Amino acid sequence: MKAAVLVFPGINRERDMARTLRLTSGHEPAMVWHAEHELPAGTDLVVVPGGFSYGDYLRCGAIAARSPVMDAVRKFAAKGGLVLGVCNGFQILCESGLLPGVLMRNENLRFICRDVFLKVERSDTPFTRGYNAGQVIRVPVAHGEGNYIADGETIARLEGEGRVIFRYSSPDGMIDPDWNHNGAINAIAGIVNDRGNVLGMMPHPENHVEAEIGSTDGRGLFAGLAEALKRAA
Amino acid sequence: MKARVTVTLKAGVLDPQGKAIEGALRSLGVNGVASVRQGKVFDIELEGGDPKKAEALLNEAADKLLANTVIENYRVEVLG
Repeated sequence: MKAAVLVFPGINRERDMARTLRLTSGHEPAMVWHAEHELPAGTDLVVVPGGFSYGDYLRCGAIAARSPVMDAVRKFAAKGGLVLGVCNGFQILCESGLLPGVLMRNENLRFICRDVFLKVERSDTPFTRGYNAGQVIRVPVAHGEGNYIADGETIARLEGEGRVIFRYSSPDGMIDPDWNHNGAINAIAGIVNDRGNVLGMMPHPENHVEAEIGSTDGRGLFAGLAEALKRAA
Repeated sequence: MKARVTVTLKAGVLDPQGKAIEGALRSLGVNGVASVRQGKVFDIELEGGDPKKAEALLNEAADKLLANTVIENYRVEVLG
């Protein structure tokens, strides 16, 4: 794995992400500043981490999405390169046009910081091959704007093409409004693009990879990615 | 030359902030408010004095950055 973690002013989860990538793949990721016009040679995974890029000014992720490095990420994704966006990273991917839809203010207007349960809808993606379809994992969320929304046609396409990868669920995998913390349409927590190589998700799997923290449910995502990249190499 | 870009949420897009403001107005005793939708106003100072060019520039600014046209509409005004 030759991962590149993007760094924007105001991002604060990039070191958690780098640590997790190192722990799960054994390789040190490159930290790539937003003003770069190119990704490091040989990059096979781009990670857009969480935080508050540009202080969430204008709209979450709006300014970061228009920075020079995102042109390089668009080119990388167009060639089939794997891109993972978490939290603010998901917002940035939506604002950059790499993923459809928008993350709106949480329905209850509160910043939500707690563990949630996610139902893994598919295991046949490079991001979820470390899980079983239908498996429920526990990972933390920390966001004020995670309420996913898109127009009806886009939602129908996402659902029809099986591009909803994670949904907020109960501990036993029930999709229920009581467990849909931020009010996202269809309890959507993570989606992929039409080609399946760009994943955006609000929860933070990178924070649940060590037993000392209390859960290793996030590990499957990174271990699966490392395995997928090893096979592709 | 002065100009203004107004960005508003499209009809049908849920606006939790507008809803909260609506509730706050009610609790303050400001009666007669049926609903509130929150938007943004950008007051922009332009170089040059050609209103046609100004309009094109403002539309470009709104399309590229000021508005997310998935959920927002915008209106540009050249104020002279």
